[in-house]
Amino acid sequence: MTAVAVTGIGAIAPNGKGTDAYWKSTVEGLSGIVPVSRFDASGYPAKLAGEVPFDAAAHLPSRLIPATDHMTRLSLAAAEWALQDAGVDPAELPDFGAGVITASSAGGFEFGQRELENLWNKGPKYVSAYQSYAWFYAVNSGQISIRHGMRGPSGVVVSDQAGGLDAIAQTRRQIRKGTQLIISGGVDGSLCPWGWVAQMTDTRMSTSDDPERAYLPFDPAAGGHVAGEGGALLVMEELEAARRRGARIYGEVAGYGATMDPRPGSSREPGLRRAIVTALDDAGVNPDEVDVVFADAAAVPELDRIEADAIDAVFGPGKVAVTAPKTMTGRLAAGAASLDVAAALLAIRDGVIPPTVHVSRAPEYSIDLVTGAAREAQVRTALVLARGHGGFNSAVVVRAAR
Amino acid sequence: MIRRRVVITGIGVLAPGGVGTKNFWSLLSEGRTATRTLTHFDPTPYRSRIAAEVDFDPQEHGLRAQEIRRMDRAAQFAVVAGREAAADSGLEWSGVDPHRIGVTIGSAVGATTSLEDEYRVVSDDGSAHLVDHTYATPHLYDYLVPSSFATEVAWAIGAEGPSTVVSTGCTSGIDAVGHAVELIREGAADVMITGATEAPISPITVACFDAIKATSVHNDDPEHASRPYDSTRNGFVLGEGAAGFVLEEYESAKRRGATIYAEIVGYATRSNAYHMTGLRADGAEMAEAITAALDEGRLNPADLDYVNAHGSGTKQNDRHETAAFKRSLGDHAYAVPVSSIKSMVGHSLGAIGSIEIAASALAIKNNVVPPTANLHHQDPELDLDYVPLTARDWRTDRVLTVGSGFGGFQSAMVLSRPERSAA
Amino acid sequence: MTKKFGIEDLTRILREGAGGELEGDFQDASFEDLGYDSLALLETGSRIGREYGLEFEDTAFVDVETPRDLVEVVNAHLLSHAARG
Repeated sequence: MTAVAVTGIGAIAPNGKGTDAYWKSTVEGLSGIVPVSRFDASGYPAKLAGEVPFDAAAHLPSRLIPATDHMTRLSLAAAEWALQDAGVDPAELPDFGAGVITASSAGGFEFGQRELENLWNKGPKYVSAYQSYAWFYAVNSGQISIRHGMRGPSGVVVSDQAGGLDAIAQTRRQIRKGTQLIISGGVDGSLCPWGWVAQMTDTRMSTSDDPERAYLPFDPAAGGHVAGEGGALLVMEELEAARRRGARIYGEVAGYGATMDPRPGSSREPGLRRAIVTALDDAGVNPDEVDVVFADAAAVPELDRIEADAIDAVFGPGKVAVTAPKTMTGRLAAGAASLDVAAALLAIRDGVIPPTVHVSRAPEYSIDLVTGAAREAQVRTALVLARGHGGFNSAVVVRAAR
Repeated sequence: MIRRRVVITGIGVLAPGGVGTKNFWSLLSEGRTATRTLTHFDPTPYRSRIAAEVDFDPQEHGLRAQEIRRMDRAAQFAVVAGREAAADSGLEWSGVDPHRIGVTIGSAVGATTSLEDEYRVVSDDGSAHLVDHTYATPHLYDYLVPSSFATEVAWAIGAEGPSTVVSTGCTSGIDAVGHAVELIREGAADVMITGATEAPISPITVACFDAIKATSVHNDDPEHASRPYDSTRNGFVLGEGAAGFVLEEYESAKRRGATIYAEIVGYATRSNAYHMTGLRADGAEMAEAITAALDEGRLNPADLDYVNAHGSGTKQNDRHETAAFKRSLGDHAYAVPVSSIKSMVGHSLGAIGSIEIAASALAIKNNVVPPTANLHHQDPELDLDYVPLTARDWRTDRVLTVGSGFGGFQSAMVLSRPERSAA
Repeated sequence: MTKKFGIEDLTRILREGAGGELEGDFQDASFEDLGYDSLALLETGSRIGREYGLEFEDTAFVDVETPRDLVEVVNAHLLSHAARG
């Protein structure tokens, strides 16, 4: 089977804009979780977020600004950085040789709130012409393809937080079918009052107002997560073709598995373990070859238990390093998982496992959670896990290119 | 390596003009239209006041009170269409490993109607920017992120394989099924419940299409407002609905003696990378998608018996796709019948691609090409055989269906009678 | 007295609704060359309509190519609007 490589990373995260800034903060354990500043959240139970302040005018043509949601602007920046990092100009590729496949969760929700306000406060004539696409789930793939002239296969998947990995898998599939290069992953967020209220109904959001105590997966005080915005876009190519053009190879997307949990109330096993096993089989990797697991890290005790059990069942208790750098960014919806894949590839590059910050592992878990500070380790193969509300489980194996 | 072949063994359609696959096919084969003055809310303040609505009573279709409360209308459509397809397939579901059943559902705008209803409550009709969380329904997260549609279908059927929602605007209905085909081919699943759903007829959707003047303003003649290829066309008619499919690997479907509607032999998608709503006049990207889909099916343009077009009835679209057909099919573009069922069931955004796949499969099954209704004065610029007004008895072994959407997505799928596929 | 619509009004509304810098003499440049697409014009038309209380028929901007054309169309509508009272 054709090997597929990642050759460019564009990360944009609450603890760092740009891949270098993100990775530096992440290795140092610097969190980007802050009191919400984008709107007045004082009246809401959840008060903290992973925000990405962004001067759109400095990064984007001014004509794009009235037509785009904040998360689309972030994604346009990330796409540009990823291409620069890969040293590729899609305009120089053959026609239809490049595509864009992104994950979305709620589309441009802040844009949507403004237009709903216009409609219900002022009337139908006040709805923006750009509402017809600026809020919808496909907007980032569309805008990125237009900006960089990418006419190949494009796509959009929505599987809540698992979507970032599903997009990467769909990308690998299209590259194996013959597309030369695809920008893949997710950059997401809906930090506006309407999006905030909608996210809170998930009942998994932390109500702590202490940035150091709000998002504590696998900790005795685990009490939900902090929501954030941002993510990462990756440039993916066929490995041999990337080598031929002399590209720097971050690593190979070697395996993927996805499952759906049984319906609630079922006594059947949750799907996460099966997603892991499928991804390892797909990669042809034995559990003992995996050097680190980037956990989904829900910080909801019941869900942390399912994840710890799945990891233990596949690897054996305490046999593999586990980490959750998203404790520094919050959960970034469809942006979370591709940012974790970026972190996994950078861990391979630098031989360092970033920490799970602010967490003391609860004694009932036997996973080897990397807490406190980053751990130096040779990382050849990493497993990234992501789960979405509604039973979605996805797993991706990345490894150093052979 | 032998490629796993993928066939449609079950279909469930909820389209305007009558719920159920049988009603849908009657409408199409009789050339009747289901567009009318919009009734879901008072359309008086809006520019376009026409819609193709589904008369749908969820209770009648077996949804329970809590399911109705929990699910957006589009999710209800998806579950009902998925169940219909599951029953239609005749598959003994208890004998299938749930791990080997996956779900992909297309939708362009998700739970937009429920989101707007809930927004009105929490914002008190738009008056509060800091919306009031104490009024939010506990199901709001399922409206926020429409992957809940895939979850509902998976849990209704008992699927535990790879599942997702595909949301590529108005090509979602083709792309979701294309994605499902790929999952069976690569062995990630043996059975897929797929299709697409949309229930977008809400004030915000109508207002945003008003703002870009994309929808028809034949408000005085709503039954005949959707006029693809006609010189009096002036936009699409917003619709709603869903189509669900059971896809299976061909050999196992054959072994169990399943009724096979069609094989999906080719699928491709391309982007125009041009404009979020505009189309390049030459149709190059749709043409490329068509050519790639034919190549995947190892077919030539001349092998096609019918083209099920996007045919939205906007000035721009109908020119664009006519150019794309000529560019990709050459002379055969003039020989093959081309029609748009949007003339009858409107344009249900992300759902329509799947509804059109259903129409394509039924055209193969019945050897009938559905017509383009309301086509009385063919635009002289558009010079293909658009099958005006009346369905045509026509030996139909292979069908091309296409879609085109905001964001620049252009998708094409080729269906074939399995014994006539180039295996 | 009829309110007049000038190039400076258009400049402001274009910037608000569709972005862009608009420097120098651009009155006779095509909107296409200025980087404004059909949606930008629809958004601009909608904003002008709201601000000036005008209704533009669907075909009002069909022949509009430049900012000068657009200003003329708006002023023609203002005049007929005033005449209708």
